[in-house]
Amino acid sequence: MQINRRKLRSYKEFLLILPFLAVVAIFSYFPLYGWIYAFHDYRPPFPITKDTFVGLKWFETIISNPTRTKNIVRVLRNTFAMSGISLAFSWFPMVFAIFLNEIKCEPYKKFVQTVTTLPNFISWVLVYSIAFNLFGSFGAVNTVLQNLGLIDAPIAFMKSSDHVWFTQWLWLTWKNAGWAAIMYLAAITGIDEEMLEAARVDGATRMKIIWHITIPCILPTYFVIVMLNLANFLSNGMEQYYVFQNAFNTKYIEVLDLYVYNMAMSSTGAYPLSTAISILKSVVSIVLLVVSNTASKLIRGEGFI
Amino acid sequence: MVQAAPVTFKKKKGMKRSFGDKLISVITYIVYAIFAFVCVYPFYYIFINSISANNLSERGKVIFVPLEVHFKNYTTVFKIPGLIDAAKVSLMRTVVGTIFTVVIAAFLGYMFTRETLWKRKFWYRFVAATMYFNAGVIPWYLTMKTMGLTNNFWGYIFPMMIQPFYIILCKTFCESIPKELEDAADIDGAGTLTIFFRIMLPVIKPILATIAVFAAVNQWNSFQDTLLLVTDTKLYTLQYVLYQYINQASSLKALVSNSTSATQLAASLAHATTATSIRMTVTIVVVVPVILVYPFFQRFFTKGIMIGAVKG
Repeated sequence: MQINRRKLRSYKEFLLILPFLAVVAIFSYFPLYGWIYAFHDYRPPFPITKDTFVGLKWFETIISNPTRTKNIVRVLRNTFAMSGISLAFSWFPMVFAIFLNEIKCEPYKKFVQTVTTLPNFISWVLVYSIAFNLFGSFGAVNTVLQNLGLIDAPIAFMKSSDHVWFTQWLWLTWKNAGWAAIMYLAAITGIDEEMLEAARVDGATRMKIIWHITIPCILPTYFVIVMLNLANFLSNGMEQYYVFQNAFNTKYIEVLDLYVYNMAMSSTGAYPLSTAISILKSVVSIVLLVVSNTASKLIRGEGFI
Repeated sequence: MVQAAPVTFKKKKGMKRSFGDKLISVITYIVYAIFAFVCVYPFYYIFINSISANNLSERGKVIFVPLEVHFKNYTTVFKIPGLIDAAKVSLMRTVVGTIFTVVIAAFLGYMFTRETLWKRKFWYRFVAATMYFNAGVIPWYLTMKTMGLTNNFWGYIFPMMIQPFYIILCKTFCESIPKELEDAADIDGAGTLTIFFRIMLPVIKPILATIAVFAAVNQWNSFQDTLLLVTDTKLYTLQYVLYQYINQASSLKALVSNSTSATQLAASLAHATTATSIRMTVTIVVVVPVILVYPFFQRFFTKGIMIGAVKG
């Protein structure tokens, strides 16, 4: 009797969460079924049938069609460049936090932290708007440069195809660095005060304390961030690059996520191919996730999944 | 700017700071002043331009101080057809979306701590696993289409309402609450829902506040779903409208000439609407809500960063 009641309750509780599980199934699992489009010759108004099945045709065209291969290589190069730059400079928020922590004037520190975190909470559209207004022909940057006599005519920053990877990294950093630093600041707060005091008594300079105590203490946090970066190497997201994209820079700004979207929107026939690339990307991403998680387990003793 | 130094001296009496340390101090203060400037100035620049004479802002004359201050731009932009609607849609999705997300995160987070729940571990993983994969844009879009959620307000709400991150956060928080509280109610024969609403919900409020803030900012900033799902101009959000104003100069020009021809011929050049004035003013309109709530959610930061770094 007692056991039955318990069982009944456990089913009842399951019924309570069932609607939400259904929502998860619909919005997260059901789209996976859409992967079958990659194996069909799908033309949107017509449903897929047995006859439209084409097997791996779309996957093969990635390699067999020269222009397509060239495009994919270009997009991969952009993706690798952007993710690579981010990875190469991933220490920046850590260093930002370390030296921010060296500021002893609390109100100033608080002020810097507050204003550098703010950009994280605005959307990419707003970042783009700021970029457009500041770096446009009549924007502040061009006006100041002209007033200083450094340039004669306004530079078309936004329409430039030069240094796209780097400027995109700069915008990403402008938006995220302050926020990313918070985690390191929290880690620094956790450092044993006695250890620092002992070092100071022994006459260690600030740089020595930073080098021998602070950095080793927050390195595990940094390591996790690097591993997460690695797991997301192919997923830069598309929003940032979509809003900044224009006819001039598209050659360099198109990352994998954006390419998949652009292709799907360009012509209706591209649905299957776009899905095929999504699938390949997912497979590689999952491998990267597993690899970096395993690396994390080996080195730190615990994974992040 | 180095005024802090004496304070440090007082604290650690008898300890002399080397020249190198002092130099580092000075450089640090200056570098962070630059960082702060880089983060603040863009907002300030756009704001002073939106309140300056439009013929000056258009030619890039407003750099550090507002010139010939007026607030007409703010009354003008809200007369633009569609902008008020977009603001309403943005506001609605933020309010409705946040409520849905928070309530569901709280409920599922709690339910996944109930040991009596049938196949609890399995269902928990079923939900948490969705953080790590993504079917891709097209399959997702086709699903939304099948569900009738394209050109539908609920297309902004449903796909975003179950967030594994937030659920994990709630679950962890619920687990930290003494079990006795729940057990006592269990023995008294209270139903699962009663325990959730009467006992758990009031206790987990702090974590819900954190989640609410982040969910609200996400909803307000969301742009991609409008891009993918919506063609009906009535459902455009502020973010989307702003993007259009920046990128489709032609539509903005039509807007400008429309409003100029009808009502503003008599107005002075300083108040005549320009593409720049609309762009800058709308930017401020979109950014202000975030800046207004910003001071309130600063205290949630450390918890918030956990959302990104949490272990499933």
